[in-house]
Amino acid sequence: MSGRSRPWGAVPDRPALALRNLSKRFGDVPAVDGVDLEVRQGEFITLLGPSGSGKTTTLRMIAGFTLQSGGTIEIDGVDMGHVPPYRRDVGMVFQNYALFPHMTAAENIAFPLQMRRVGRPEIRRRVADALALVKLEGLGERYPRQLSGGQQQRIAFARAVVFNPRLLLMDEPLGALDKKLREALQLEVMHISRQLGATVVYVTHDQDEALVMSDRIAIFSKGRIEQLGTGEDLYDRPASLFVADFIGESNILRGRFEPAGDGGWLVRGPWRWQVGAAAAARASLGGGAAAALVVRPERLRIVGADDTGAGPAVVVNAVEATVRDVLYLGSMRKFELVLPDGTAAVVRQQRGGGAHERRPGDQVRLTWAVDDGVLVADPHG
Amino acid sequence: MTDSWRQPRRLLLLALGALTVFFLMAPTLVVVPMSITASNALTFPPEGFSIRWYEKMLTDPQWSNGFVHSAQVASLTAVLATVLGTLAALGTVRGRFPGKSAVNALVLSPLIVPVIIIAIGMFSLFVRYKITGSILGLVLAHTALAVPFVVINVATSLRTIDRNLELAAMNLGADPLRTFRRVTLPLILPGVLAGGLFAFITSWDEVVVSIFLTSARFRTLPVEMWEQVRQVVDPTVAAVATTLLAVTTSLLLLVLVVRRQAPAR
Amino acid sequence: MTRGSGRRLRGGGPIVDRWALLAIPLIAFLVAFFLVPLIVVSLRSVADFPKPTDDVFANYGRFFDSAANLRVLANTFWVAALSTVVCLTLGYPYAYLMNIVRPRVAGLLLIAVLLPFWSSLLVRTYAWQVILRDTGIINTFLLDWGLITEPIPLIRTTLGVMLGMSQVLLPFMVLPIYAVMRRIDPEYTKAAANLGAPPFAAFRRVFLPLSLPGVLAGSLLVFVLALGFYITPALLGSPKDTMISQFIANAVQQRLDWGIGSTMAVILMGLTLVVLFVASRFIRLRDVFGSLEES
Repeated sequence: MSGRSRPWGAVPDRPALALRNLSKRFGDVPAVDGVDLEVRQGEFITLLGPSGSGKTTTLRMIAGFTLQSGGTIEIDGVDMGHVPPYRRDVGMVFQNYALFPHMTAAENIAFPLQMRRVGRPEIRRRVADALALVKLEGLGERYPRQLSGGQQQRIAFARAVVFNPRLLLMDEPLGALDKKLREALQLEVMHISRQLGATVVYVTHDQDEALVMSDRIAIFSKGRIEQLGTGEDLYDRPASLFVADFIGESNILRGRFEPAGDGGWLVRGPWRWQVGAAAAARASLGGGAAAALVVRPERLRIVGADDTGAGPAVVVNAVEATVRDVLYLGSMRKFELVLPDGTAAVVRQQRGGGAHERRPGDQVRLTWAVDDGVLVADPHG
Repeated sequence: MTDSWRQPRRLLLLALGALTVFFLMAPTLVVVPMSITASNALTFPPEGFSIRWYEKMLTDPQWSNGFVHSAQVASLTAVLATVLGTLAALGTVRGRFPGKSAVNALVLSPLIVPVIIIAIGMFSLFVRYKITGSILGLVLAHTALAVPFVVINVATSLRTIDRNLELAAMNLGADPLRTFRRVTLPLILPGVLAGGLFAFITSWDEVVVSIFLTSARFRTLPVEMWEQVRQVVDPTVAAVATTLLAVTTSLLLLVLVVRRQAPAR
Repeated sequence: MTRGSGRRLRGGGPIVDRWALLAIPLIAFLVAFFLVPLIVVSLRSVADFPKPTDDVFANYGRFFDSAANLRVLANTFWVAALSTVVCLTLGYPYAYLMNIVRPRVAGLLLIAVLLPFWSSLLVRTYAWQVILRDTGIINTFLLDWGLITEPIPLIRTTLGVMLGMSQVLLPFMVLPIYAVMRRIDPEYTKAAANLGAPPFAAFRRVFLPLSLPGVLAGSLLVFVLALGFYITPALLGSPKDTMISQFIANAVQQRLDWGIGSTMAVILMGLTLVVLFVASRFIRLRDVFGSLEES
């Protein structure tokens, strides 16, 4: 089980998991509405989204607990259409671990091997290996109720990987643990998965967790994938207002888009802010469309109210604001400001940035480089 | 809630509670000292000490036959009721079908329908098929009366099982039958056993229907007791009553032990 | 949970028709050995006549024509109602006590209620006989201590019947009430206190109303069960206290008058159903049985 173990027949280029136009309706309600996703071998992908967004339903369809209403699920190229859950060969870690209370930890881990009619001496060996992998050697004879939450979590993990599944599914497995333990286990799960070469589909509503652990993240909203990309993609180039809002903090300036040459302008009342060519291209909005400029808090600079320009080289946008609150967050400072029309704004600054001391009530200007602004459609505009 | 109470009120409540407990339990225990009286009559306090009433119970064929018959009927009832009830509990808790509330009502109705009606109905029907006065008739009747307890116990057990455990078993490669055998069944076993014990107790103590379905040749202990209780003032009845009580109580304590074995979730 | 071949139900998800099949043996069993007897009784009430007659409901006519029958019916209701009141008076405080003591003590109180619940009805009624007889414990005690000169009639009285029935029915009152009380969030009474309510007012205005569903469920259960009592009134009551079950047994066993016997059975069954129906307007019957499960 150590090292790069790939399940038999896994072709390097074929996606480990492919969801094509997957959908699920409960009565009239579409819980999952046309999801397309390809997961590469060995990849760690996270399904991220608020509760009710369809991510857990999608996971359960992959596991075979829920039958899809439409679309296909292919695991290693094989259509899972009518395959019952006990023949899908995917490992699953449940939110509440689902360890069999009437079996010891070792018996729990041995269970999938028994189902596959592995010989007893080999079962013993592999169970021992699995316990070693999650660093719980010697605890095999304990019953789940005799183990702590973190330990139960690890046994559940060991049970899910001991049979070298094609795919590892994890349904918010760390939700029940306290913060420190959760962070420690996040790293462990990541490392062990990599060590095993496993393909992991991980479900969570915690964006920090997603950003830490994943190769790619699929953001779910109302049953569809809003955006699929690396953490960096999602953070620096959110494709929609929802994603911008969900991942990290954003400053959102709403208005109407006016194309101009390669780029354009975002117009709102008396203000005009320039939109970069790349941003305009990615958003591909028509003239007059309701749009928003998204600027991350660390990209905004606070300058004096009468400061007219940042410096010689960089072209900047600007807007007036009043400081409302200054929060000291250890290594950084966070400013909460409000624009003349009431819109809230947030600026983050590393301490020691040499900035002026700003106090609540100060009138300032916020500036940002044009290329730091991301253009997205405004569905509420 | 206790912090806002003033002492007198709480003491009063406790006193009332103690009185109620006394009312619930003490009267029944009267039969115990009665059964070891040396005299021929049921006077209180019992005069002397003698276990001859127990001897009489065991040697007098009337009583000893009743004992044996009761044990036979109760054991068979327990088995039949447990099997039918467990299957039904699985079917109603896990199954999906229309008219489930009607089925639930049917299964629980032997508890609500006045037992005398059940008694004469069964008597009427069983007479036609000549199974009165036989083990078969009694077992069938007692099973119908006892099965609601089995269903209630097993259904409760089933409902407290974490569904994810079965999903996990299936995910790990167990088909529905193996999932049931390796995961579901061990977890509901305390409920099944408890239900079986309750079924035994129900049959062991059953009087009214048994009055109608027994005959002079085949009588159960409670029916024997019923006949005696209205006429003869024989302390043997007290011995029988104590025995009935002892068996029931020990089985109940057994149930408590079994329930405690239920593995935590 | 598996992809069965059954028809798809609305709402999606795999269907498990196979599970439903497991219930069939019991359903068949109960239909054959429980429902059919009840049907047979109903049929005999309109088919068994002592003298041939054209009137299908002749037996019912016979029943309602007799004043003695009506008295018994009325007495049955009366005794059932009385039992319900007595059980409520004793049962509510007991359930309340169970609710406020430590879990360990509550467990003991629960056992104290459950042990008699499962003890043989006959044994318990017999015990009351021994206690209440003219030469029974109470009278012997009072006579020996010179408090009375003649034995007080305790047996063959309504009091005797009430004592016997209440003891048997009390658990059926306590369990549903306790089940409901347990679910009442203690924060409510604390909030009431915080808002200025003295303890009794908090109880009366907050706790009591919230416990009412349990009271109704328990009362319903006790009343319905009391209607059908046979052993206890037979052993502890006088002819005046006769309840309808005794009449039924007597008609069938002694007089072999199946016509009137089954008629009375149908009437008793009908009354039980009416009471249940009326009560179902106010409480969910499921809760009544749920509380039995919780024991």
